[in-house]
Amino acid sequence: MSIFKRIRTAPPRYWLVVVVVLFFVGLPTVIDSFQASEWAQALILAIAIMGLNILVGYSGQLSLGHGAFMALGAYTSAILAHRYKMEYLLTIPIAGLLTGAVGFLFGIPALRLSALYLALATFALAVVTPSLIKRPVSLTGGVHGLFLSPPDPPQFAKDAFTAVTGSAMTSDQWIYYVTLACALVLFWLAWNLVRHRAGRAMRAIRDGEVAAAASGINVAGYKTLAFGISALYAGIAGSLFGMAVGYVSPDTFPVALSIQLLVGAVIGGLAAIPGPLIGGIFAYFLPIESNQWVPTQTWIPSQIASTVEKAGPAVTYGAVLILIMIFAPNGIAGLVTTGYARLRRRLRGGGDRESGHVPPDPQTV
Amino acid sequence: MQEFLQQIVSGIATGGIFASLALALVLIYNAMGLVNFAQGEMAMFATFIAFTLIARGVSYWIAFPLTLVIAFAGGIAIQRIVIRPVERAPILTLVIVTLGLATLLNGLAGFIFGYLPRSFPSPFSVQTVDILGALASYRDLGVIAVSAVVLLAIYLLLQHTTVGLTMRAAAHHPEASRLLGVRVSWMLALGWGLASAVGAVSGIMAAPILLLEPNMMQTIIIYAFAAAVLGGIESPLGAVVGGVIVGVTVNLAGAYIPFVGGDLQLAVALAIIVAVLVLKPNGLFGRPNVRRV
Repeated sequence: MSIFKRIRTAPPRYWLVVVVVLFFVGLPTVIDSFQASEWAQALILAIAIMGLNILVGYSGQLSLGHGAFMALGAYTSAILAHRYKMEYLLTIPIAGLLTGAVGFLFGIPALRLSALYLALATFALAVVTPSLIKRPVSLTGGVHGLFLSPPDPPQFAKDAFTAVTGSAMTSDQWIYYVTLACALVLFWLAWNLVRHRAGRAMRAIRDGEVAAAASGINVAGYKTLAFGISALYAGIAGSLFGMAVGYVSPDTFPVALSIQLLVGAVIGGLAAIPGPLIGGIFAYFLPIESNQWVPTQTWIPSQIASTVEKAGPAVTYGAVLILIMIFAPNGIAGLVTTGYARLRRRLRGGGDRESGHVPPDPQTV
Repeated sequence: MQEFLQQIVSGIATGGIFASLALALVLIYNAMGLVNFAQGEMAMFATFIAFTLIARGVSYWIAFPLTLVIAFAGGIAIQRIVIRPVERAPILTLVIVTLGLATLLNGLAGFIFGYLPRSFPSPFSVQTVDILGALASYRDLGVIAVSAVVLLAIYLLLQHTTVGLTMRAAAHHPEASRLLGVRVSWMLALGWGLASAVGAVSGIMAAPILLLEPNMMQTIIIYAFAAAVLGGIESPLGAVVGGVIVGVTVNLAGAYIPFVGGDLQLAVALAIIVAVLVLKPNGLFGRPNVRRV
């Protein structure tokens, strides 16, 4: 009885979550295998962006080097699978935990740095990462990287997929479902994290470190914890990324990847749980869609079209970062939230207008 | 020994390039407490403008100052259009905006000028001259001389002119300056213009050595970060000293530590940044930071 009551009284956003989850579960049955692989990569970006969101949006520490943590996760999995012939799926949690531990340790010197210096140091880390990877050639395969054989879907997944769609499951589709499972668990964990003690402590630190310390919050502990959790997300994302792409090489993890993560976090909206999902999808499909769209337009000279393919993502990302920061610092999630609140006020007949003022938008960055 | 001295001279020359870019970072840091992540890309863009001018037949010694003027105007325009709307926003917003600016400029340069590396002319020959037993190329000496002139000019401007005094006042006490009739926001714009011009010098000096392409400054900016942090990020003198130290250290490490070699020189810069930030966050010449609650 009570469960029916709970369902009936559930706020609309729970229904939204159910719809979104069903959408992603059903997606591979209506799109082809290649598109499933694209969506898997968008979800992988979303996981990494969620990690960045916990760090930047909730604990107020800016990292421009999350591509480096993704690289660490990806290489951990790749080396375990490639050299030690481990089952790839088993390496994912190992990569996550290792990266998380490294991130936690990284968070300790980061405590001493102001926000600006932290940004600077992590940016330098992101730039140096590709050349650091090249060094231990026997371990990382140097410039050539490591190739990974695509995983074979297990029997139960094959049967279930064939029963629904009537066609055989490809390894890309299997990777999609593994990624989706990871994303669901990690988003659920993040949602719980930010609503409870640790999340509140992190937000208090973000909004005023001294005030938080005065209220008895262990500032150093929670800041390093945020770094560790954030790196764990990036590590898992990196590990999945290696599996989805099929190889890891130094060029898989350029500075541009770290920028792409930041763009995703900012577009989606910092300090919001749906933000990283929106951001991941945008950051992944924006350059791809524009690159596919431009060559189909016959009025654009082919010479320009080929330049757009190379320079296009950088130009769009840069313009988007600047415009969002100036006009909508809370990203799409922020726009939706304020829009929804305004709509509700309008529908209720201006209940808040009597009090004379609208609460200001929370500025999180 | 002779080779060692030569490494030091060429280290000082690259150090001069780092120092100019670091000085540009310091100018903006002093104006508004911000590290400009787009400084390198602004310099790269200015260098492309110089390249275009020279390719159109303008002589080097006219193109050089002309580019600095264009870079100055460009810096002011960027401050007015991009930075001013977020001037009072939290530091993270500003950092993200400059990073967006860097990405945008990089893409635009690729879009307009292409990704083909181009050789950039240098007025100094690569012939060498014997100084105290070390062979130094005219190009290295030229880079050192040009950098020194720029740094001296900035020093004189900031310390011995009214404009410099007003700029420093606007940076340190914006409220008081405003009450005294200083247009603080325009002083910030002036700081951006100056920084952009100084950065352009470093780009034009680096281009003959590195070949000009949109990603040319991506590594130089890391060395400049290291230089600025080492010198103490608010000290112009520190930027110069830091630049020279970083240049020499990186050069020597590349030449004499086999593990570092050519490809891990950038990691040396990262190590310098991390070591300074953790051990002595104010750098060599910086003032200790007092935080008020």
